[in-house]
Amino acid sequence: MSDDHVYLTLAEGHEDDTRWAYGTGFEDPLHGVDTTVPEGVDAEALAAECVALADDALVSAQRLAEWVTRAPELEEEVALANIGLDLLGQARLLYSRAGQADGTGRDEDAYAYFRDAEDFRNVRLAELPGGDFAFAVVRLLVLSSWRLAHFRRLEAHPDPVLAAVAAKGVKELTYHRQYAAEWCVRLGDGTDESHRRMRAALDEAAPYLGELHTAYDVRDEVAEDLRQVTEAAGLTLPVHRPLPGSGRAGEHTEHLAPLLTELQGVARAHPGATW
Amino acid sequence: MTTTHAAEAPPPDAPDGLQEHFDATIARDQRVEPRDWMPDGYRRTLVRQIAQHAHSEIIGMQPEGEWITRAPSLRRKAILFAKVQDEAGHGLYLYSAAETLGADREDLTRRLIEGRQKYSSIFNYPTLSFADVGVIGWFVDGAAICNQVPLCRSSYGPYARAMVRICKEESFHQRQGYELLMTMMRGTDAQREMVQDAVNRWWWPSLMMFGPPDDASPNSARSMAWKIKRHSNDELRRRFVDMTVPQAEKLGVTLPDPELRWNEESGHHDFGTPDWDELMRVIKGDGPCNDRRMERRRTAHEEGAWVREAATAHAAKQAARTEKGAAA
Amino acid sequence: MSADKPQHHEKQGWPLYEVFVRGKRGLNHVHVGSLHAADDAMALTHARDLYTRRNEGVSIWVVRSEHIAASTRDEKDPFFAPSADKVYRHPTFYDIPDDVPHI
Repeated sequence: MSDDHVYLTLAEGHEDDTRWAYGTGFEDPLHGVDTTVPEGVDAEALAAECVALADDALVSAQRLAEWVTRAPELEEEVALANIGLDLLGQARLLYSRAGQADGTGRDEDAYAYFRDAEDFRNVRLAELPGGDFAFAVVRLLVLSSWRLAHFRRLEAHPDPVLAAVAAKGVKELTYHRQYAAEWCVRLGDGTDESHRRMRAALDEAAPYLGELHTAYDVRDEVAEDLRQVTEAAGLTLPVHRPLPGSGRAGEHTEHLAPLLTELQGVARAHPGATW
Repeated sequence: MTTTHAAEAPPPDAPDGLQEHFDATIARDQRVEPRDWMPDGYRRTLVRQIAQHAHSEIIGMQPEGEWITRAPSLRRKAILFAKVQDEAGHGLYLYSAAETLGADREDLTRRLIEGRQKYSSIFNYPTLSFADVGVIGWFVDGAAICNQVPLCRSSYGPYARAMVRICKEESFHQRQGYELLMTMMRGTDAQREMVQDAVNRWWWPSLMMFGPPDDASPNSARSMAWKIKRHSNDELRRRFVDMTVPQAEKLGVTLPDPELRWNEESGHHDFGTPDWDELMRVIKGDGPCNDRRMERRRTAHEEGAWVREAATAHAAKQAARTEKGAAA
Repeated sequence: MSADKPQHHEKQGWPLYEVFVRGKRGLNHVHVGSLHAADDAMALTHARDLYTRRNEGVSIWVVRSEHIAASTRDEKDPFFAPSADKVYRHPTFYDIPDDVPHI
C-alpha cells in the first residue's frame, strides 16, 4: 500500500466489494414496496398508528443518546448506540409513512421537530428521565418486548409499507430484547447492589406498564415474557396500580417537554435553514 | 533513518540473534507480530502511542457527542450518532492492539483518568454550534486521516491492521462533515456565519494536532527509525494544509491565516506558525475543556463500576452453578 | 492477541476474548480482534456490535484469550474493512461534487 497521497489509499476498494469483509449492500426495507395507501385501509388511523410508534422510537432513541460517553463500559457504548440507531431508523420510516398517509405530505423532520409535547403520542415509560443503567435495562426490556410483540402482528398489516417497516423492526427488536434480557439477568443475579438497583428500577417502571396496550392484544404475551426474564434474574415484577392517563392520548409527564426542547432547539432557532 | 536505531545498543538480555531478526524484519518492511521478540523501547513506544491514540478516540466522542441530542434533523442525528459510535469502536480496536503488547485496558484507562497518559489536544476545545460538527469532520478527521493513513503501514502488525479499518471509517466521517458544511453554506446567512465562525476557531488547533514542530519533537526520529511512524509532524502538517486550501475555496470559507499563500517554488503552501505556547498549555492540562473532558470520563468509569462488578459476579456464580451441576 | 501476552495478570476487569468472524458462507472464520466481556454470551453480543455491526448471515466465534494455545511468530490476524449495514456509514453516501479535491 502506497501513501504517496493519503486519499488514494482510501479510494482503493470502495468500488471493490471484496475489500469489504461484510459486503457493502444496503438493505432498503421499502425497496420495491408500493407506497400508495391500499384501498380499504383507513388512512387516518394508519397515520396515527405510524406517528405513535415513531414517537415511541424517537423518544427512546433520544434517551439512549444521553448514554453516549456515559456508558458503564466501552463495549456498552457501542451496543446502546446500535439500539438507538435502530430506533431512530424506525422513527424516520414511520414518520415518512405518516406524512404520506395523512395527506399532509409532511416529512420526518416536520413530525420530529415541529410538534409540541401535547402532540406527541409516545408512551410515558419512554420519556422518563435516564436514571441508572438498571433503569435503562428495565425500560429497554419492557419496551422492546412490547414493541416486538406488536411488530410481529404488524408484519401482516394490510399496509405494505407498515408491514415492511415492521418486518425490519422485528429483527432489530429481537436483538434489543435479548440484550436487555441478558443484562437483566446479570444485574438481578450479580451483586447485592445490582439486585437492589434492579428492584428499584422495576418499581419505577411498573406504574407505566398499564399503558402498554395496542390495537392487538399482546398483554399476556408481554407479561409472560417479562415474568420469565425477571424470574431468571431472581426478581419479581411488582404489581402496581396503573397511573391514570396515557401518553397515547397526549397526556405526558413533566419530563417530555424538556426532552423536546433539547431535541428541537437548534432546528427551531433557524427557520428556513437546511441541514 | 537507521542511524538512531543503530545507535541503540541491543539490550544485554536479548538472546543471540533476536535483535538481528528484529532489525531485519524492520529493514525488509515486514510486520512485527505480537509473539516476535522486540526491543523494550519499541514495545514501550508503541504502547504509549497506541494508548494515546485510543484515549483520543474515546475523549473525542465528547465534543461531538454533546450534539447528538440536539442535531437539527433526524438524518444528521443518525449520522452523528453513528459517527460517535464509530469512535468508541475505534478506541476499542486500538486498546485491543495495545493489549497484544501486554498492556491492560483497565490499567490504561486508569492512567488516562489519573492524567498520566495524554490524548489529542484538539478535544480540549469546546463545540459551540452545530457547524462545529461539520468542521470537526472536515478538519479534525481530515487531519486524523493524514496522520493515520501512513500508520496503516506501521511496522507493528496489529496496529497497522487496526488502522486500516479505522481509516476506512474516518473517510465517512470526513465526508459527512464536509457535506454538512456545504449544505449549511447553501442555507441562510446565519448558517454561513456559523460555518465561518467554526472554521476560525478550529483551524489553528487542527494544525496543532500534528504535534510540535520536528525540531521540538523528541521521540519522532526514533519512532521513524522503527517505522512505527512514517512521516514527520511538519511533513504531515504541510500535507494537510495543501489538501485543505482548495477544499476551503470550493466551500467558500476563509482560512484564518493572513500568511497562507501558494509557493510556486516549493510546490506547497506557505502558512503561519501555530501558537506553540498554546499547544503546550493545552497539553499540560490548561485548555478550555481539559477538566470537563477528564471529569466526564472519570465519572462514567466510576459510575459504571457497579455494573461491571455485577456482571463479573454473575459470571462467577454461573460458573459455580455449572460446576456444581456437573458434579451432581 | 493477548494470548501472546508476555505475562498474564488477572485484573478485576472483564476478561479478554478473541473474536473470529465468518464474513460469508464459504469462508473460514478469521480472527478480527479482541474485546472484554464478563461471560460468553456478552462476548458474542459485543462481538456482533463491534466487529460486524450486526450484519446478518455472519457467524462469530469468541474464545477467552487465555484459552488460546499459540505456536510461533508470523501469525496473521487481519482487521477487516468496515461493515456497512447503515448507508450513512459509507463514504459514497455523501454527495460531494467531483471538483472538490481529495475528499
